[in-house]
Amino acid sequence: MDQEQLKETVLSVAPETEFEETGGFLNVTIPSARLHDLALHLRESEDTLFDYLFCLTGMDWPEYMIVVYHLKSTTHGHSIVIKAKIENREKPEIDTVSDIWRTAEFHEREVFDLFGIVFRNHPDLRRIFLEDDWMGYPLRKDYVDEVNIIEL
Amino acid sequence: MAETHINTISGKPLESQEYLINMGPQHPSTHGVLRLLLTLDGEIIHKVEPHLGYIHRSIEKMCEKDSYTQIVHLTDRMDYLSSHMNNEAVSLAVEQGLELEMPERVKVIRTIISELTRLSSHQLWWGVFGMDLGAITTFLYGFRDREMIIDIFEETCGARLTMNYNVPGGLMFDIHPNFQKRTKAFVAHFKQKLPEYDQLLTGNVIFELRTKGVGILSKEDAISYGVTGPSGRASGFSNDVRKHNPYSAYSQVEFKEALSEEGDSYARYKVRIQEMWESLSIIEQLIDNIPEGDYKAKTKAVIKLPKGEYYQKVETARGEFGVYIISEGGKSPYRLKFRSPGFSNLSALDHMAKGAKIGDLVVIMSTLDLVIPDIDR
Repeated sequence: MDQEQLKETVLSVAPETEFEETGGFLNVTIPSARLHDLALHLRESEDTLFDYLFCLTGMDWPEYMIVVYHLKSTTHGHSIVIKAKIENREKPEIDTVSDIWRTAEFHEREVFDLFGIVFRNHPDLRRIFLEDDWMGYPLRKDYVDEVNIIEL
Repeated sequence: MAETHINTISGKPLESQEYLINMGPQHPSTHGVLRLLLTLDGEIIHKVEPHLGYIHRSIEKMCEKDSYTQIVHLTDRMDYLSSHMNNEAVSLAVEQGLELEMPERVKVIRTIISELTRLSSHQLWWGVFGMDLGAITTFLYGFRDREMIIDIFEETCGARLTMNYNVPGGLMFDIHPNFQKRTKAFVAHFKQKLPEYDQLLTGNVIFELRTKGVGILSKEDAISYGVTGPSGRASGFSNDVRKHNPYSAYSQVEFKEALSEEGDSYARYKVRIQEMWESLSIIEQLIDNIPEGDYKAKTKAVIKLPKGEYYQKVETARGEFGVYIISEGGKSPYRLKFRSPGFSNLSALDHMAKGAKIGDLVVIMSTLDLVIPDIDR
């Protein structure tokens, strides 16, 4: 599928999508509420079949947070990047995609651990690297690191 | 639950229950500080729960304060057996942002050293895999041959493991005058020795009994869990970045992507052996054809990437390694994400080990070829 057809498919599920081409991929930015529907559609639809989630990460911007999903289809060979925008920076929540791609279970735990984004319906949402009593979320931009080894 | 047994004296049924046991963080077969919490019924594994973070250094956070040349130095502390490829991924991502075209000489040297690194990583894996199964000889064989490659690296750039030979814009130094001669000597030597690897393990009855049919991962699961590299290819998941998204000089060479259908530990073993032959072939195709020219393109002393996003993937010895840079135009990235192959490969461990015995878990872990700093980052 070429990029125009991909755009149409995405628009049919999430009409309020913004498109951008950067990093060598087609980037689609959607509100976080649309994420699970769009992900499921892209995974199951015969023309898209995005079965390989090769990267999942979070991003902290001053006004909002983003969860980024890099997808590839092993059948068709095309790729897409979904960016789910979470407006509530104080209490960020989004649906899990670990029921669609199993690898998301670990990656979402990492994003929860370092950004504090809560993934609804995740089977086992706990911190993965840091200890359970760690205060704060280190990859957030407003995180205060008292023993920053680079600035020391 | 296990089947019920009857106490022969009292005549009452014996009760059994699940219990938890820690494997690691200091366990020889975890090859590093990985702690697995096992839920067992007798010797049968019901659940494997990895507990990570023992060596988490927060490299991604450090990168947000570092310059791009400094970031390269952090990457070979992740998967230290694929240090050259990790360095290359960051260098390529930065070059992509600067729209720098590398001289042919750089591309070819990078490819040769990548393949040498892959060979040395697979040699070490083969050695410790045999040792995990109780065969000490393999460890000595693997390390003997690996030493020759490490010596070449030392002569090339002064370091044996954490090389930092790649820099954004080319290479740190030109190759040593001995490089071609020594690499050719190694290839000739290892072509004699690789069949010995086969003779030692491949046909061995005990080895085959312990690996065949153990830890099966289907192709669908390999894709869903994002298991890449030799481990994914052993399940039939064609994911070789060198084939699908060629970088450096991989488009100039001919090689086969080692694939298998079975998806068991034996298939993962065979795929890596096959990959060593392919790496030798790639080196042979390039070693006499290193183009003349600069070993470096001109870059500014302080590299600033234009505002935007850059994603670069490379094939390390463990699978697909991705670098995702978000730049706001400054001298360090706004956010940088490393997609490390070990992290995704580990996520499939619980699925693969369910129903297996503890001894099988050692085999499964070993054939996934986990490097813990790559998982923890």
